[in-house]
Amino acid sequence: MNSLKVIFDRDTWQEIFGSISKNKTRTIITVIGVLWGIFIYIALSGAAKGLDNGFERQFENIAMNSMFIWAQRTSIPYDGFKIGRRVELKLSDIDYLKQRVPQVEFIAPRNARGVFGGGVPLVVRNNKSSNYNVYGDYPELTKIATKKIYTGGRFINDDDIRYRRKVCVIGERTQTELFDEDEDPIGQYIRIDNIYFQVVGVHKFVPGGGFESDGDIFIPFETFRKIYNTGDKVGWFTIAAYDDADVVAVEKDIKVALKRIHRVSPDDERAFGGFNLGEIFNKIVGFSKGMTLLSLIVGIATIIAGVIGIGNILLISVKERTKELGVRRALGATPSEVRNQIILESVFLTVIAGILGIILGAFVLAGINAATQDMTDFPYTNPTVPIPFVLGALFIMVFLGTLIGLIPAQRAVSIKPIDALREE
Amino acid sequence: MIQIKNLHKSYKMGTSSLHVLKGINFNVEQGELVAIMGSSGSGKSTLLNILGMLDVAEEGDYILDNVPIKNLNETKAAKYRNKFLGFVFQSFNLINYKTALENVSLPLYYQGIPRKERQQSALNYLEKVGLKDWATHLPSELSGGQKQRVAIARALASKPKVLLADEPTGALDSTTSHEVMDLIQKINQEGKTILVVTHELDIAQMCKRIVKLKDGVIVEDKKVKQVLASSYV
Repeated sequence: MNSLKVIFDRDTWQEIFGSISKNKTRTIITVIGVLWGIFIYIALSGAAKGLDNGFERQFENIAMNSMFIWAQRTSIPYDGFKIGRRVELKLSDIDYLKQRVPQVEFIAPRNARGVFGGGVPLVVRNNKSSNYNVYGDYPELTKIATKKIYTGGRFINDDDIRYRRKVCVIGERTQTELFDEDEDPIGQYIRIDNIYFQVVGVHKFVPGGGFESDGDIFIPFETFRKIYNTGDKVGWFTIAAYDDADVVAVEKDIKVALKRIHRVSPDDERAFGGFNLGEIFNKIVGFSKGMTLLSLIVGIATIIAGVIGIGNILLISVKERTKELGVRRALGATPSEVRNQIILESVFLTVIAGILGIILGAFVLAGINAATQDMTDFPYTNPTVPIPFVLGALFIMVFLGTLIGLIPAQRAVSIKPIDALREE
Repeated sequence: MIQIKNLHKSYKMGTSSLHVLKGINFNVEQGELVAIMGSSGSGKSTLLNILGMLDVAEEGDYILDNVPIKNLNETKAAKYRNKFLGFVFQSFNLINYKTALENVSLPLYYQGIPRKERQQSALNYLEKVGLKDWATHLPSELSGGQKQRVAIARALASKPKVLLADEPTGALDSTTSHEVMDLIQKINQEGKTILVVTHELDIAQMCKRIVKLKDGVIVEDKKVKQVLASSYV
């Protein structure tokens, strides 16, 4: 308990201040060493976190464990069928997949006109017209890939599907190209391939979703089916797995199930194509985790270098102060008092440097954040360092400061007062 | 106050050893002012260091104020030094980044005396050596004589039993030497036991007793008629 008393004693601090302010230049340079270390640590891990947040923001509109699955041509003859047979996904696959692959949370079948061939539909309103891609969708789609709908509108709902309503959700660009500026498109009619559709919503375009664009028009899947006579055919499935599922395994299971139901060889790698967002997302997460780890290692290494610098300087300082320490001991300072003073000097310098470094790092992070705020396509958002990390770094510094302070402190104590006094 | 019996000390110099103190016997009574004289190499500084518990003897007994000084570890030695002894050095040994007042209060700090009390006491001792007005000055702003007076105030601050002065006038000119000796005599007159190591005869003659050392033994130990330093000033 005695040591605690020493720490909170004003006189102790006066002694420490006295000796470290004796050589100001050296103290400042020493402090900069550790300050730089913690600054690097804070700036790097904050930047890594910012990158992490940025990626997360880029993906916020789409379920992170989702994938697209589509059908292609077979590459292996199987079950009496010859090579190169065109496989078609069917609506009935949905129930089968849900049954066979329990990790699947949502399946949204989609059909499209324009993107993957089939002639881009002509959309007409009054005397304005243009060509836009048209998608046939189920409401489930919004559970996988969020569609932001502007105020007043909605996405396709279950009744639209049930009654095969001729309603559509148009894109931002479609609105500006077909409607006047002050005109509310909701409730208005547009003509898609010569059939009138009522506009029920305008969606905000979010980049990064692959082939979609800001001109896309979404209509109910059942309506699409009837207009374009697609029957049971499905262009592709957008599938979301449960959060805790392994997306790579889910994709594999789905393909196995599809191969079985469509009588495709189990070894046929080409019959079904897939684009696994979850897998890509996991890679990005892995990358940003790697960045965080890297910043942790680099930061701590720099802190250690700085603290070693403090130890080094204190060793020199102890050497210079040999006589002073001898005088103190002649006047009755016990070895432990001398030792404590040197260690506290070390810890004090480290902590001051650390706090300054944290403040400086926070400023720099705030600066970067302000500079990149308007850059939506730059994956960098809200760079922060979690408080436990900051406290952890401070703790490490106090610990290392004590440890490194022990070396000069031991040196100070090991010199006999008589030798210290004799030194000129 | 001080009893020394058959004190031996030798230093190892490579393979050979140098026998510095070859059986010292002497006693110092309360209130004495003793000059320890001798040429360099006579062992006077070694004796003072042993008396100051800065060094330990190999053989012999040392009793200070009825306390046998032996088997000291560093912590215990530090406590005893603080309690029993005041040091005055030839080169003053003030801490150069502390003011006169802070220097004087340093031994009191190590005694664990509260801050206010410490400063008051330190100020009293500075007043005693005539440097009250210089309390806030750094050692670099003081003359040699003033520095030594601050050092004496510091040595007195812990209320030691014995004051040990190692060539206290060695770095001073004769006028300031006499001032410092005058101060030492006055402190002695108040009853403090003081040992002064010197090789200057006129300084030694200002003490009440001269002990001459040669080659590690006491060759002469005589009471002298004290010459008052104030008569020179």
